[in-house]
Amino acid sequence: MDILVCVKQVPGSSNVKVDEKTGLLVRPKKGNKLNPYDLFAIEAALELREQYGGTVRILTMGPPQAAEALEECLWMGCDEGFLITDRAFGGADVLATSYTISQGIRKAGPVDLIICGKQTTDGDTAQVGAETAEHLGIPHLSNVTRILSVEDGSVVVEANQENMIVKEKIQMPCLICTDSEVNTPRLPSYRRKKAMDDSLIHSFTLNDFEDKDNTHYGLKGSPTQVQKVFPPEKSTSRVMVEGSSEELAEKLGKLLSERKFI
Amino acid sequence: MGLVIHKEKVTAELGEKLKSICPFGAISYDVSNGLSIGMGCKLCKLCVKKGEGAVTFEEEQAPKVDKSLWNGVLVFCEHFHGKIHNVTFELLGKAKELAAVNGHKVLALMIGSDIKDKAKELYCYGADEVYVYDDPGLKDFLIEPYTNVFYSFIEEVKPSSILVGATNVGRSLAPRVAARLKTGLTADCTSLEMTKDTDLVQIRPAFGGNIMARIMTPNHRPQFCTVRYKIFSKPERVECDKAPIMMKVTPQMLVSHAQLLDVEMKPEDIDISEAEVIVQCGRGVKSKADLAMVQELADLLGARMACTRPLVENNWFDAKHQIGLSGRTVKPKLLICVGVSGAVQTVAGMKGSDLIIAINTDPKAPIFDVANYGFVGDLYEIVPRLTKMIREAR
Repeated sequence: MDILVCVKQVPGSSNVKVDEKTGLLVRPKKGNKLNPYDLFAIEAALELREQYGGTVRILTMGPPQAAEALEECLWMGCDEGFLITDRAFGGADVLATSYTISQGIRKAGPVDLIICGKQTTDGDTAQVGAETAEHLGIPHLSNVTRILSVEDGSVVVEANQENMIVKEKIQMPCLICTDSEVNTPRLPSYRRKKAMDDSLIHSFTLNDFEDKDNTHYGLKGSPTQVQKVFPPEKSTSRVMVEGSSEELAEKLGKLLSERKFI
Repeated sequence: MGLVIHKEKVTAELGEKLKSICPFGAISYDVSNGLSIGMGCKLCKLCVKKGEGAVTFEEEQAPKVDKSLWNGVLVFCEHFHGKIHNVTFELLGKAKELAAVNGHKVLALMIGSDIKDKAKELYCYGADEVYVYDDPGLKDFLIEPYTNVFYSFIEEVKPSSILVGATNVGRSLAPRVAARLKTGLTADCTSLEMTKDTDLVQIRPAFGGNIMARIMTPNHRPQFCTVRYKIFSKPERVECDKAPIMMKVTPQMLVSHAQLLDVEMKPEDIDISEAEVIVQCGRGVKSKADLAMVQELADLLGARMACTRPLVENNWFDAKHQIGLSGRTVKPKLLICVGVSGAVQTVAGMKGSDLIIAINTDPKAPIFDVANYGFVGDLYEIVPRLTKMIREAR
């Protein structure tokens, strides 16, 4: 079974702030990391490979340094990585991002199962997986909590749907988005890191894609536009209470009692 | 459309400056290659503001969509076998406000089996027109048939804006339909407004940081967004008895490559979204064992325990106890935040609370910007004292 996992490199700290005086964005100082939710998707893929054989490939879209995220996946045991990078892909919203990824997946070759993490820690939308499946014309299931079996060209999985757990048998090729309870991800292997082979990572640009129309990608292919960014509003009635721990506990108790919570 | 670099205006000094101010590290500069902007660019346009004319933002004239052909604010009805999820009623209330701006109608769409009578309820919460696709093949949610039906409805009725509850079903279905329509979708909006030009103004926390973004879909229809449960208020129910508009289901719509084998209801567990008093733990709680100390306080207050995302990632809590953008939205009468720093994603899930009390050692913690009462101190000192005090008072 050939599996492809979609991953993303995210900022090490998601603490982008607005400078109160200038109103400008302030960049976090920490570096980048592999989106933590992707680790569960990779682990699920590696476990399936152990059980059913086949390959696990990973794909990411991002600036050239996003190759670091792919390297980490290779150290965990993935077989091959694809980096989709092109200036034309910049400024992409959910639609353009998922379309770009779907084109990258087509370019990467036939695949039975695509696995995505639940969401990223920077975008936080949890929408790219579902939109990618739509562009590829294949079924998908989100919030997958257990992968039960692979049989007659289908995968049987359990997923979390609000107040119930659903069990579905989905014909492959298909896409699933894993929840963090699906497994416990393994750590990258030092031995694999030492033996790392750069030739296992391939780059694609717009020119490699089947659809080369640049209006379908990046900012041009994005229906949504960010009109402005601003700091969140602050609460109006705000009282700061300071003092010794005894005083604080006492004042808090009094407040809760006045408000009839105790 | 996009950022244009005017090479002749880029001096070495300016190049280095722009490189250093880009919040996303997307600008590179060296003397031989000049200035370039990579795909890390998020179009914050800081380089335009500070670029002394060397970087400009050019808008391209794209073919304009005829907005007059798209009318109405649609709410997708989330339900399980006819039992309607409360988020649907909340969205109907908001849709009514949005639709009034341009004299549009509030539309509701319900998909399922044997739901004709249940769908009437949507009129009672403000829908002007309720559309129903009723077929045994639509009894349970399966992504392909539901997408087909939803898509077909939009093609036929052409609503201008679409609101979907950000439940697990909504988060799976909305992106699927939006992608098929090649239109925009904004997840987890915390505020919505309508312009006179029928553009839906979608506001949500963005860039994963302490920033709100105002997002629009100016040249595509329909405009799609998801909204979490408990963000908007449920309107008053008004008695009414009106028949829904029945829509045709075709066999092609029902084609599915996935098959539902089993549905297991989760054990009834009071959702923190419904709780009236909540004590939320953040990273200030140093070990899993220390949760017992906070739990004791919660028990005395008759409160539910909740947490921030890092505590879910540590496996101290189940994800359904998480308050925030990637967790639950809560609207309790009292929320006590214990050792919670107050990242924007966390705060996004608690804004509707009547009273927020925060305990944190750091007087600069952003949680104090949203808390009504901020106690600057050590939770390990305050919580046990408070617990003791409450116990002795009884």
